Amino acid sequence: MIPEIGTLALLIALALTALQAFFGLAGAHREDAVWMRTTSAVTAGVFAFVLAAFFILVYSFITHDYTVEYVAHNSNNELPLIYRIAAVWGAHEGSLLLWVLILTTWSLLVSRLSKGLPDSFRARVLGTLGLVGFGFLAFTMFTSSPFTRLFPTPADGADLNPILQDPALAAHPPMLYMGYVGTSVAFAFAVAAMLSGRMDAAWSRWTRPWTVAAWMCLTLGITLGSWWAYYELGWGGWWFWDPVENASFMPWLASTALIHSLAVTEKRGLFRNWTLLLAIFAFSLSLLGTFLVRSGVLVSVHSFAADPSRGLFVLGLLLFFIVGSLTLYAIRAPSLQTDGGFAPVSRESFLLLNNALLVAAAGLILLGTLWPLIMDSFNLGKISVGPPYFNTVFLIPMLPLVALVGVGMHATWKRASYATKGRTLGMFAIGGLAVGGLIAFAFYGSYGVPLTIIGFGGGFFLMASALWEPLVRLWRRQPQARAAVGMAVAHFGIGMFVIGVSGVASYKIEKDVSMGPGDTATIAGYTFHFNSTNDARGPNYQAREAHVSITKGDAPVADLTTQKRQFKIQSNPMTHAGIAVAWNRDLFVALGDDLGAGKWSMRLQYKPLVRYIWLGGVFMAFGGLIAILDRRYRRGVVEPVTVEG
Amino acid sequence: MTPRQKRLWTLVAVLVGLGLTTAVALKGFESNLQYFYDPSEVHGGKAPTGKSIRVGGMVAKGSVVREPGNLQVQFVITDFAESVTVKYTGLLPDLFREGQGIIAHGQLQDGVFMADEVLAKHDEKYTPPEVAKSLKKRHEGMGGSANAPASATTMEGTPR
Repeated sequence: MIPEIGTLALLIALALTALQAFFGLAGAHREDAVWMRTTSAVTAGVFAFVLAAFFILVYSFITHDYTVEYVAHNSNNELPLIYRIAAVWGAHEGSLLLWVLILTTWSLLVSRLSKGLPDSFRARVLGTLGLVGFGFLAFTMFTSSPFTRLFPTPADGADLNPILQDPALAAHPPMLYMGYVGTSVAFAFAVAAMLSGRMDAAWSRWTRPWTVAAWMCLTLGITLGSWWAYYELGWGGWWFWDPVENASFMPWLASTALIHSLAVTEKRGLFRNWTLLLAIFAFSLSLLGTFLVRSGVLVSVHSFAADPSRGLFVLGLLLFFIVGSLTLYAIRAPSLQTDGGFAPVSRESFLLLNNALLVAAAGLILLGTLWPLIMDSFNLGKISVGPPYFNTVFLIPMLPLVALVGVGMHATWKRASYATKGRTLGMFAIGGLAVGGLIAFAFYGSYGVPLTIIGFGGGFFLMASALWEPLVRLWRRQPQARAAVGMAVAHFGIGMFVIGVSGVASYKIEKDVSMGPGDTATIAGYTFHFNSTNDARGPNYQAREAHVSITKGDAPVADLTTQKRQFKIQSNPMTHAGIAVAWNRDLFVALGDDLGAGKWSMRLQYKPLVRYIWLGGVFMAFGGLIAILDRRYRRGVVEPVTVEG
Repeated sequence: MTPRQKRLWTLVAVLVGLGLTTAVALKGFESNLQYFYDPSEVHGGKAPTGKSIRVGGMVAKGSVVREPGNLQVQFVITDFAESVTVKYTGLLPDLFREGQGIIAHGQLQDGVFMADEVLAKHDEKYTPPEVAKSLKKRHEGMGGSANAPASATTMEGTPR
């Protein structure tokens, strides 16, 4: 009975999103105050019903209701409570429900927290979000209902995929979706701007905090995912250029470009068309990501063709929103003429370059992600585009970007002069390279490749350049805007990230060895002692466990345990790595197979500076948070806007 | 600048940007596209020697050989028509086992595939798509399921 209430709640929500779209868009068009007010009320209703459906699914998981097919396939009597809840978004149907829940959450937040917006504008934004919600609720209802019953009812469930039974994975999808789906808000603002023909500095000021909020969630979500893959997949990589990863990274690049382009649109009234286009791109790439992940097209173009209902539905939504918004863009963009100019050296031109590089990187990653699919669909051979491609095409635009960010942050609008700042920045650059070279030589004993020094140097330069102004202002007790501090913190995070990546890429050591109890192996000056091995048992798995202690010289460093787990229901084995964390490196040991003769295969890794990759991501997101809290976003009144300069 | 000049410069900038991006893409593609071959194609001499490629198939039953305590391993992958011997040193993925579809990256040398990486996806039901397709093709070529190994039938249903 309860699951049917869930279905009913989704149906009502579906009907309400249709009303939300209608009252929002038509109400704004007719300037009907009642219709527009109704839109906000309906938005709250949609949220309530989707939330109810979501909780009903959670309840079905908690109570082991295996009459629900989705629960039977993704849960188990022995699955711990926390993972039964996380299992709600562990597979297709539930993660779509989460997608919709997050969309309606964003819609509700927009309707509640944007009192300063003109009524017609808010109605258009909510109407557009209603359209998106209608599409995805229909998708959920008609192709992927999480409440479908299963008959006959199994006595026990098939269990959640073991690799998903992990705390980081409980948090990763919701955070990632907050970001993914959050791009729909920027998209809705862009559509509303095009429909109303109003796109001024106030528009950018309304749009910016929402876009930054979505970007922040996306940043955190990707960071969590990378961290999870690092320790849970057991092989110590932090990024694989897997299509699923790319699917989340492309919207990130586009929305990063968007938040920078929005800055220009707000402060100078320039790049308006480009900003609109970026908002459309960011959302389209999110939809494309959803399509790639949810349609099965990645597994094989042909398996997609065999069961195309889901894929075609998302593809239809994708086309509808892309074609619709681009058509609107083609009609309306010319009327949003840009005025005002800027000198070749100015904040505007730095941000323009930033956008060009970010979009180029996103385009190249898109090409590499889709290329195998294109080749396969035309039967031109089965190829794979490997990490070397992505590393190459990502590094080429991103390396200059690191230097540009460090310099560009200090540029003024319209025309920038480096007469006073150039000297200090030059010192930062030389100092950064010197420190980078010193670290490479003193701690790692070699200069590595030239890229290592450039990476370290660029990272330190960026960190120094980011902190310079906030620290000077702090010292002089001058007030500073939170937006500026947020920018500095986020850019500081990029510096950390670059240093982390350079360290890992240049100095990591991975070694597969054959070891038995009593054996030792040494990498990077650390000696791994294989002490003993025994059987172990978890709530829903059995494991072979190895105990390894690590010493450096005579000093003990860490005692680690690594397991090869065999899950009872889903019989696939899984490696659980032992990781010793320190500020300057990770030591990583993963148990492999029984090789016979008392030996085991074992993977030992030394990962210098790897933590800064994720710490950098956290700093970037934190910077975004500080920027959102800037005072000017909370000024409720809509004032007549004059473009500065 | 007149609006006309401005448009011209914008156009030039966009074209230069697109050109550079294309150049980067081509450079990236140059040596990083790996083609996939199944054991029959390897046998038919279609796969290049000494070039980085991928081969895939089912790990043949009883074919995994290793000296006790040694990291070196040798096994045979098959598409049920032909088979290829693979040599590899290192840790095998969690899901590697006989009867499982896998993909190996590496180079062909004297008819033996020297793998530098062996992949099996993290899902029991999953067979690498190239492998599933090739198996299906070869399997049909053999004229029906009468003498096909039982596991081949489950491959067709994959993946889901």
